[in-house]
This record gives sequence, C-alpha cells and structure tokens, in this order.
Amino acid sequence: MEMVTTVIAGVLVLGGAFFALVAALGLWRFPDIYSRMHAASKAGTLGSGLVLLALAVHAGDTATVTRALAGIVFFLLTAPISAHLLAKSAYVVGYGLAKTSVLDEMRESKTLR
Amino acid sequence: MSSSAAFLDLAVQIALAMLSASFLLSVFKVIHGPTLPDRVLALDMLVAVAIGFIAVLGIKTGYTLYLDVAIALGLVGFLATVAFARFILARGQIETRRDTRTPPLITAEAHALTPDAVTSRIDLDPPAPGPRATPPGKSGTGGHEPGDNAPPKGKPGEGRR
Repeated sequence: MEMVTTVIAGVLVLGGAFFALVAALGLWRFPDIYSRMHAASKAGTLGSGLVLLALAVHAGDTATVTRALAGIVFFLLTAPISAHLLAKSAYVVGYGLAKTSVLDEMRESKTLR
Repeated sequence: MSSSAAFLDLAVQIALAMLSASFLLSVFKVIHGPTLPDRVLALDMLVAVAIGFIAVLGIKTGYTLYLDVAIALGLVGFLATVAFARFILARGQIETRRDTRTPPLITAEAHALTPDAVTSRIDLDPPAPGPRATPPGKSGTGGHEPGDNAPPKGKPGEGRR
C-alpha cells in the first residue's frame, strides 16, 4: 500500500513540475498578454495543485493532508479571479491583442469602463 | 519497496530541476517582459512555482511546516496581483505615453494595433463628454438660474440618480 502511494506521489510530482515548466515556457512562447495569461493561470495552477496533491498523498497524517487540500482549494479559487482582473484591466487600458488574433468580441464593450 | 522509494527520489530530483527551470524562466520574464501586465503575470507565476517548491521540499525532507507558508504565500500573491491589476487600471490609457519606447518586437504589433486603439479612443471620447454635457442640459431644463449656478445644480441632480 505504501509502495502504491509512493509511486502515485512520484507520478504526481513529475506531472506537476511538468505543468509548471509548460506554463513558464508559455510565458515566453505566446504572442500577447492574454494568451500568456491563459498559459500561466491554468497550467501554473495545475502544476502547483498537482504537487500539493502529491504532498497530500505522500504524507500520511491528517494535518498535512488537510492543509495541502486547503491550499489546493484556495489556489483554485484565487487564480481565476486574479487572472480575470489582470486581463480585464489590461484590456480596458488598451494593451492590444496579438496581430494573429482573428476576433475581438469585447471591442464594443470597451466603453464599459 | 525500496524501488518505489528510489523512483520517488528520482522523481523529486527531476521535479526540482524542472521547477528551477520554470522559476528561472519566470524571473527572466519579469526582467524582460515588455509590458507591465507581463511582469505582473510573471510574478504570479513565480508565486505558483514557489508553492510547488515548498510542496516538493515537503515530500523530499518530510518537513511539512512550510505548508502554512505556502498558503500564506498564495494569499499574498493573490492580493499583490489584484493590487497590480487595480494599479494598471488606475494608470490609464497607455498608447499616448511611454509605450512608444517598448522594444521593437512589440512595437511592431503595437503599430499594427494602433488604428484600433485610436478608433477606440475616438469612440471613448464622445461618451466621456456626453455625461458631462448632460448635467448642464438638465440644469438648463430645470432652468431656474441659467447663470453660474447651473453646474452646481446639475451635479446634485446627477447625484440623486
């Protein structure tokens, strides 16, 4: 049983670190701030969440598991809010989309400010 | 038994290497990032990578006291991102200001996007005088004193609405 949890924790750690690396690469590879935000928010959250889940699987005691799960829930709650706020303020202030983007559905609502 | 422990050890080493690489990439993005939202986003990414580091070190050493630090770090990172977003919003429109001095790779895109931004600003401008132009009109329709007291009477009327 402990062997199974150890292997699961190892796989989760590898997956979480992989997603964090993918998110950091997406910060460099994507053309504009909005797609970079899409990479960093989703893949970064998934990366740290998977590593925290690996810690919760690996550590057997209740206190660590509870705190790790609380951290996951908190991070899942706050990351979309901060990404949405940052994207909205960047769009309203006038940071443009990439040249290759084909549709800007929020252009009419730019007067929402 | 020991083979699974060896696998976990190897996985932790590889994960530490990958997290270090992503940490360095995020730091260089903070330094390099051509616009302010890029830097804020890279800071947010740094917080996420730091939480991952704390969790991996908790697995590696069994020392899970830093997990509370990770939760507090997530809270601080969230609040910092929200505050930076409000700051970007409060700083105002960008293209009339220092954005002409951004690196050439982004200014090409910015030049391609300048007509949209300009038209949007032209679209933005008439509604902005519009509400300001209406309170004197309302006060004019109220019309008790068309003299200098008209703007102060227009503003309370606006305030009640």
